[in-house]
Amino acid sequence: MSEPTFSLRASGRLRRRQLVNQAMGVLAVGAALLAVAVLAIVVISVGSRGAGALNLDFFTQNQAQGFNPKGGGVLFAIVGSVVLVGIATVIALPLGVLVAVYISELAPPRLARIARMALDITNGIPTIVIGIFVFTMLVAAHGQSAFAGSIALAIIMVPLVARATEEVLLLVPSSQREASLALGVSRWRTTVQVVVPSAIGGILTGTTLAIARVAGETAPLLFLTSLGTSSQADANPFHPLQSLTLVIFSYSDQADPAYQAKAWAAAFTLMCFVLFTSLAAKLALARYRKKLGG
Amino acid sequence: MAISHADKRPALKRTRGWLDRIGDPALKAITFSAAALAVTILGLIAYELVRGSRLAFHSFGLGFVTSQTWDTIHNQFGALSLIAGTAVTAVLAIVIATPLAIAIALFLTEIAPKPVRALLGALVEMLAAIPSVILGLWGILILGPFVQDQLEPFLNSTLGFLPFFRGSHSPTGILTATLVLTIMVVPIVASVTRELFATVPPELREGALALGATRWEMVRGVLLPAARPGILAAVALGFGRAVGEAMAVLMTIGGQIGIHLSLFGHSDTLASRIAGQYQGASTNLQISSLVYLATILLVISLAVNIGAQLLIKPIDQRPRRRRIALDRALETQGLSAD
Repeated sequence: MSEPTFSLRASGRLRRRQLVNQAMGVLAVGAALLAVAVLAIVVISVGSRGAGALNLDFFTQNQAQGFNPKGGGVLFAIVGSVVLVGIATVIALPLGVLVAVYISELAPPRLARIARMALDITNGIPTIVIGIFVFTMLVAAHGQSAFAGSIALAIIMVPLVARATEEVLLLVPSSQREASLALGVSRWRTTVQVVVPSAIGGILTGTTLAIARVAGETAPLLFLTSLGTSSQADANPFHPLQSLTLVIFSYSDQADPAYQAKAWAAAFTLMCFVLFTSLAAKLALARYRKKLGG
Repeated sequence: MAISHADKRPALKRTRGWLDRIGDPALKAITFSAAALAVTILGLIAYELVRGSRLAFHSFGLGFVTSQTWDTIHNQFGALSLIAGTAVTAVLAIVIATPLAIAIALFLTEIAPKPVRALLGALVEMLAAIPSVILGLWGILILGPFVQDQLEPFLNSTLGFLPFFRGSHSPTGILTATLVLTIMVVPIVASVTRELFATVPPELREGALALGATRWEMVRGVLLPAARPGILAAVALGFGRAVGEAMAVLMTIGGQIGIHLSLFGHSDTLASRIAGQYQGASTNLQISSLVYLATILLVISLAVNIGAQLLIKPIDQRPRRRRIALDRALETQGLSAD
């Protein structure tokens, strides 16, 4: 009747190692929970305050004139945002794609490295600095305009579009290029009619991500398109125009709670747009990568 | 022979139209000029900033960097307290964010079950996508009151013997700005670190576990050393982001010149001062001083960025598959391994 004489429970040094291991596991789980909690708190507080202030007027009316901050909406800011981001996209999309085509298809390795580095450095520049750059270059002489704001946003977008495009161009199998070239198709036709079309899905999702990113930009616009704007809807890019982000900023430190409510509603609108577009684009990109076997 | 050679020429001409003859050089020229434009803009940014800050440079010289005053009435400007404010908020944010981000990345790659992994990874990336002006709004109207009524009294009563946790409580200040910056930096560092961990070869992991290491010992002995240069680069990236953030800081830091020890006090950073003066800048000297601040900010961000790129360099020598995975991770954060 001999029972086993040693315990299966760890003891001594091994026990300590296991305790450390468990403690670290708990810490990691705690950190992850904390991150999710913060996200939830931000989303819920913006959502609960913003959704309450949303109504049809908010999207279809302009700010009521005079001493009635409660009425009206932010149509002017929505129009302004669309104009600002629209022009920026029109500039940045072709430019970004061309740069990416050069880097990944045509450039000698050394020039490609220089161009890539320039893109990365531009991407790392604080957006407020880009705003100041456009200010000294355009606005100081010609005054504020939505167009100046769009240029700043385009400078922010180009590296994003170019790097996303470059990545999908690299995923296009070289057999496609070789097949086209072997049929005697010239290099530029191969690029324009074979390589780019099979990468177009990835290019567009990359651009969507860039749009979601610059739609939330505020700092570069402060100096470029914020002064003397009317709160009437206006789509002329040569006038200074408001944007949703500028409205959130300027309404946030108004004492009147009616303005703060509008700031929350604008924040909620912007957050929904940014989160949904970037989520959708990321899902599309993941599926696209799988399709190309990347 | 000469005849057959001559025969070939028209045939070639027919298959390749004029479009094909100019197409190749044209495409090359167009794409090259686009790339050249991208490089030129970078140079132009540096040039314009230096040109714009010339007036302030002539008035204050390098003493601008060591002077604390920002006096719009007497037209005396200096950047020291702004540099200090930038350093304090960005360093504190990255110090708080780095261990948190690594822990999140470890949870995502080592502990979480597969479905949780994908969901949580997406959630963390969503946190990174929230526009900074929204975080600023949240910071001032929700986090600020919490900091004033709960966090600062708590810190004061427990750690009040340190000079950092004294002074009057307020919803705005260094503490609030630092917390908002931390929230912005964590997802950046976490998502890069996560990809780095995922690229560590499973043989190394399994080897350590097979030798009897606990999971934590495997992490400390294998994962962290393998990912160290990449983690440092991610930290540099997050630091650069924190240094350059204007809106969220502008809305939460209180906008005051001066250097003080207390984290409860108001302060200002380079980026937030520039953004905050968008309406008030009246004299040429003040505008030029703001451009000077932007130049300092540009220099700092270039140094941080290039430092991060150099840190990544050694990774380049690793096998291609891992490099591609890493490239992709860094690319989503705007950094390349080249």
